[in-house]
Amino acid sequence: MTPGRLFGRSLSLALLLIGALAILLPFIWMVSLAFKPQDEIFTATIQLLPSRIEWSNFTKALTETDVPRYLLNGVIVVVGILAFQILFAVPCAFALAHRRFAGRTLIFGLVLAALLVPFHVTAIPIFLGFAQIGILNTYWALILPFVPTAFGIFLFRQFLAQVPSELFDAARVDGLSETAIVWRIAFPLAMPAATAFAIFSITAHWNDLFWPLIATTDSDLATPPRGILFFRDEESGDDVGPLMAAAALITAPLVIAFLLAQRKFTRGLAAGGLKG
Amino acid sequence: MTSQAVLELRDVTRRFGASTVLDAVNVTVRDGSFTALLGASGCGKSTTLRIMAGLDRPTEGEVLLSGENVADKTAYERNIAMVFQSYALYPHLTVFQNIALPLTMRHLNAFSRVPGLGRLAPGSATARELITKKVTETADILSLADLLHRKPNSLSGGQKQRVALGRALVRDPVMFLLDEPLSNLDARLRVKMRSELVSLHKRTDRPFVYVTHDQVEAMAMADQIIVMIKGKVAQAGSPRDLYDRPADKEVAAFIGTNSINFFEPDDGLGQMNGYPVNALIGIRPEHLAPAAGGHFGARLETAEFLGSETVLGLRTERGKEILAIAPGDYPVPAPGSEVRLGVSPERLHLFDRQSGKRLNAEHAR
Repeated sequence: MTPGRLFGRSLSLALLLIGALAILLPFIWMVSLAFKPQDEIFTATIQLLPSRIEWSNFTKALTETDVPRYLLNGVIVVVGILAFQILFAVPCAFALAHRRFAGRTLIFGLVLAALLVPFHVTAIPIFLGFAQIGILNTYWALILPFVPTAFGIFLFRQFLAQVPSELFDAARVDGLSETAIVWRIAFPLAMPAATAFAIFSITAHWNDLFWPLIATTDSDLATPPRGILFFRDEESGDDVGPLMAAAALITAPLVIAFLLAQRKFTRGLAAGGLKG
Repeated sequence: MTSQAVLELRDVTRRFGASTVLDAVNVTVRDGSFTALLGASGCGKSTTLRIMAGLDRPTEGEVLLSGENVADKTAYERNIAMVFQSYALYPHLTVFQNIALPLTMRHLNAFSRVPGLGRLAPGSATARELITKKVTETADILSLADLLHRKPNSLSGGQKQRVALGRALVRDPVMFLLDEPLSNLDARLRVKMRSELVSLHKRTDRPFVYVTHDQVEAMAMADQIIVMIKGKVAQAGSPRDLYDRPADKEVAAFIGTNSINFFEPDDGLGQMNGYPVNALIGIRPEHLAPAAGGHFGARLETAEFLGSETVLGLRTERGKEILAIAPGDYPVPAPGSEVRLGVSPERLHLFDRQSGKRLNAEHAR
């Protein structure tokens, strides 16, 4: 390797490292604090590694607070949202990609237009509507607004449009109903897209603070990020160790899930036509 | 040809928007027949097949299956099997599951089809046994027994083709529709699969309808060929009919390995006595052979020796290019030399110059 190229490589590597550090620093600091004993958290010197691993922060977060409840709520809401999203988005996408009907282009145009509308715009009307029918402060209030997903329909449609229609004709000849074709043929084929979509959906709704803050006041329904707020209020901020332990617990499922599905995730994105 | 008509298309027309893809097509498929739908791409033969299958609906006209109008019936209700050009195997299912799917849909109800849980449904065990038995039998016929656990992606083209046939065969359908099933195979495999298809046809004794653009395939396998040109049936008949008595010049040009020579009246054949002056004369290259006392002469330009025969490219004195076929032992003269060509009168095809329709001159047999 010539000195010039070596320099170029080192420079880009250094820049990447700095960028990664800047992004990861709060996260690393959180993990570090979660493992530090109480007396080491507020010291004048910066000490990344604790002198001893302090598990009591985690025990406290898991036993003396509602963090397990928040985690459970998070799972219920996220799984509920994802299940309903797929239940509706896949048949819609199949119809848009492989069925001919009047207004198909228009409807697909509307789906694309809906992609451009941020959720915050519709949040207030939805809040008012939910207040009218009295389902605020329920799991449904947390799940229903996200069930119709323009992004999901778009992603699945782009994926299914690439599947040759002969395959679905063959399924019709074999005696599958349109519903059976969607779930037995189209959905298994769209698995890479579904994985990518699941990661998007789970990340967005696990981390969502905006809507739970509006739709629920009951701490028993709090999703993890909402729960952290309750936690901080109650503990008046001086118990940073367990707070950080709770935060680490809440982010861990996503990090682990992403690491497990990383390969499928990127493949699904490529196949979904978002890349290249 | 007295056997019963299994499927009939009566004046079937199909329009997509403003364009008419099929124009009053009449087709009869008889019991036990092997029908080839032959035509260039875009002539409507695949649309005809899709209408037969019930995947597409005619804009006008009737589809009769065993005498009954099946316009509103789905492909499955008609119990017609179809093999697609791309094979259309389900990539996420094994060969066994691919072949079993039509039976799964027929013999198991929605609950029994649920993976795992469905095994608890009453009666599902016997149904599953039946399915396994039928799939195994079909796989044996098509020599797929060793491949049953494989996924389609790991199969060769010929094997995929067999799986697609197996999926059609396992249902015991009333008829088979095949949409250019051999076009994705290499030349040698194609010839092999051709004879396999013919023996499969004999074995099942069900009518086959076979779409192809390759007249050799159609001639080799079918007992009825339907030539389609621009959305219309140009001619239907046995391979020999089509070869010996093409109904118009386009059919004549389509049928035959070496394309037929057409002579306008002023192309130098006009001196042949007794034919309508205005007729277009068609002579197949294989009926045009060098003969000492031939009807007319042409200068030799090219000669392709193929072993059993030699294909001669010639040019008449009026500048018209023609093809003739000489026996393999014909001593090819030097290029540029004059060759006398002879043809027996009954091998001439006469067509109307305007309409292109066959003229039945009394001397043409």
